[in-house]
Amino acid sequence: MDSSQIVDDTTAAVELRALSKQFGGVRANADVNLRVERGTIHGVIGENGAGKSTAMKILYGIYRPDAGEIFVGGKKCVWASPSDAIAMGIGMVHQHFMLAGPYSALDNILLGAEPVRWGFIERKKARERLESLARQYGLPVEWDRPVEQLPVGIQQRIEILKLLYRHSNILILDEPTSVLTPQETSDLFANLKKLRDEGKTIVIITHKLKEVMSFTDRVTVFRAGKVTGEVETSRTNPQELANLMVGRKVVLSIDVPPARPRPETAIEVQGLSLAGPSGSRHKLSDVSFSVKRGEIVGVAGVEGNGQSELLQALLHPRESRCRTAGPVRYLANDVTVWDAAKIRDLGVAVIPEDRQSEGLLLERPVSENFLLGLQRSDAFSRAGFLRLRNLEKTATLAVEEYDVRPRGLMNTAGQLSGGNQQKLIVAREFQRQPQVLIAAQPTRGVDVGAIEFIHNRIVRARDEGAGVLLVSSELDEILTLADRILVLYEGRVVAEFQRADVSERELGLKMGGG
Amino acid sequence: MLAQLLASTLRVSTPLIFAALGGMFSERAGVVNIALEGMMLLGAFGAAVGTLVTHSPWLGSACGMGAGILLAALYGLFAIRLRANQIVAGTAINMLALGLTPFLCKILYDVTGSTPPIPIDQRFRTAPLYLSWVLVLVCWVWMKRTPSGLWISFAGEHPEALNAAGIRVNRVRWLAVLISGALAGMGGASLSIFLSSSFSRNMTAGRGFMALAALIFGKWKPVPTAIACLLFGFAEAVQIRLQGVSLLGSKPIPVQFIQILPYLVTILVLAGFVGHSRAPKAAGTPFQRE
Ligand SMILES: Nc1ncnc2c1ncn2[C@@H]1O[C@H](COP(=O)(O)OP(=O)(O)O)[C@@H](O)[C@H]1O
Ligand SMILES: [Mg+2]
Repeated sequence: MDSSQIVDDTTAAVELRALSKQFGGVRANADVNLRVERGTIHGVIGENGAGKSTAMKILYGIYRPDAGEIFVGGKKCVWASPSDAIAMGIGMVHQHFMLAGPYSALDNILLGAEPVRWGFIERKKARERLESLARQYGLPVEWDRPVEQLPVGIQQRIEILKLLYRHSNILILDEPTSVLTPQETSDLFANLKKLRDEGKTIVIITHKLKEVMSFTDRVTVFRAGKVTGEVETSRTNPQELANLMVGRKVVLSIDVPPARPRPETAIEVQGLSLAGPSGSRHKLSDVSFSVKRGEIVGVAGVEGNGQSELLQALLHPRESRCRTAGPVRYLANDVTVWDAAKIRDLGVAVIPEDRQSEGLLLERPVSENFLLGLQRSDAFSRAGFLRLRNLEKTATLAVEEYDVRPRGLMNTAGQLSGGNQQKLIVAREFQRQPQVLIAAQPTRGVDVGAIEFIHNRIVRARDEGAGVLLVSSELDEILTLADRILVLYEGRVVAEFQRADVSERELGLKMGGG
Repeated sequence: MLAQLLASTLRVSTPLIFAALGGMFSERAGVVNIALEGMMLLGAFGAAVGTLVTHSPWLGSACGMGAGILLAALYGLFAIRLRANQIVAGTAINMLALGLTPFLCKILYDVTGSTPPIPIDQRFRTAPLYLSWVLVLVCWVWMKRTPSGLWISFAGEHPEALNAAGIRVNRVRWLAVLISGALAGMGGASLSIFLSSSFSRNMTAGRGFMALAALIFGKWKPVPTAIACLLFGFAEAVQIRLQGVSLLGSKPIPVQFIQILPYLVTILVLAGFVGHSRAPKAAGTPFQRE
């Protein structure tokens, strides 16, 4: 063997030195230094918009850095495009999956690395290799199905198989767990550990401190485009990491005083059933519950057990297709045949499950997004014309109060990071002074500092008399906020608890159908 | 008579098939191509001039394709390189071709209406017809079985994914747009040196747009698109057949009404099917690396 091939073990797998990147006026990365040792799982954490994805996209060759250097295996590298990074063994699973929906899983994996004979793609050969990889790592996939028909968990598998197929040695995963159930998350980490033990280097971006603490070897913390710390996981604790992320002391779990429910009912649902596609089980079966004003009712459950269907039935009772039974009442009005606008005018605020498609117009400015749904209100419209000055004044205040960054009202909503998009939605919905609040995954993809803020706002809405329905797949969130907890499993409410009477373990069991 | 009608359908569909396949490359790669009309027109002119000069329809159609490629390169410069709005840039290209052809005609032949006639022995008899159907199959295999076909599909459906897979999106788009220019040029050539005997002013008369309609109707896939072209070709063949035919023994139907037929079919088809057809997701969106 050629001795020059043996690489010195002390060189880092990857090193970023003094990396800077600016988008327009936004400094996404400023003087970022990061060192990832070989054969480790390296966590990268930071609030939303802290610049984690940007740094990793630079490392993968998607963005060109304004300044700074990249070293891979001790060698200085300059990427003209991702293909150069791929050639050096780097692979990345993006936060928003890089999959074309109408094309098969197989084609999505092959793309750019097609085995070719006589100018034609040899799909059979690729499939054989993929099947053996899938067996080796326990990642089965239906190769010929269009990826848009596959659940997100499987889509992520496809993304990971892409990297394995390309023999990547350095795997970057950008917020891989935000779309996974607890079970899928632990499977993922089991696989990542296996890959690490085979000598691969793994960089994982997350905002969940728990995951960082239990699965990583080292952690780098980002804040506002800069690295604020790099520590060994075994020598730190969640509190220290949270402080590094936010730059001030954060209260990791807020203390929620007990509710004082009022007698009036905010939301009431009786015997709600929703037929699934013919032949399959019902999506919702005989769901009944009520939420009083002044209390928070949490709906716990692993994703995909009817939460989305329940939300659709509550928000668009008229349209919920295949609906078989059950009225929906808000504040003592039967709204079963109402349209969404009329329901919202009752004082119903909604933090939707999918903020990008249901909550925002990504191509429109922040100010217009702030107006969405409020455009007919007296505050913002008079005689058919918008009161733009009022809008600007109110939106400016709201953006300030809810700390939407950057502050400019003319940025499009799509330019904001996920956490800031969520803050914008929250700001808008609380502008209604809601009597009923339906909050679905209100802190998904949101950083620690903003979680605390949003949680406090929800509790304040409750104390001001709103009835709150909180749908969340984060157990911690439910246990922190909810006064009563319903567990949804396979479209049924299988248990109801008072928060004080239930442990996390007990809830987890019920969520699994136990 | 039916056989005649079918033969005529196949003949008049030929330019549509070339142009529609050209449109397929560009749109599947994410570049909306309403400039097809202009590329066809300049192609028709180029082919006529080329044939008049070289006395060979093959060299003539090569000139037509070259003219199409030239215009496609100009379109690519705006649509890909400068990231202009593709509808606006495409419209500009069409207007350019519409104005440029009579102008060049005037310079070369001192008339603006049409080029001198091409002798019958220097024109195509059937070659473009067969060629177009061979091309349908080639495109089908190309898109389905080759790496570049896959790249073109991803460039139009999810360019970021293609970029992340290490392929330069805009290079793929350039390739697709230039191919589309060549094919639209060939479509024009089959108008001027196959279906007729010279180039005449605005002789495409909306066929580029009809090809686009066929593309939508055919869901951006080669074989269904070609079949859609046959449908439009049939409407045109019927139209030609009906000219001069009198209804109920009275006066002939005014030719202006009959000539509406292919356009009417186009509108009806689009109105009925455009909703069921899903365009490549990134069609019309320029790609930029940061
Ligand atoms: N392509 C882009 N264009 C403009 N601004 C961007 C772009 N990508 C990221 N940004 C901005 O850069 C900052 C850092 O973003 P990002 O790296 O995605 O953060 P993180 O991944 O830590 O949440 C944010 O303010 C974001 O809005
Ligand atoms: Mg990110």
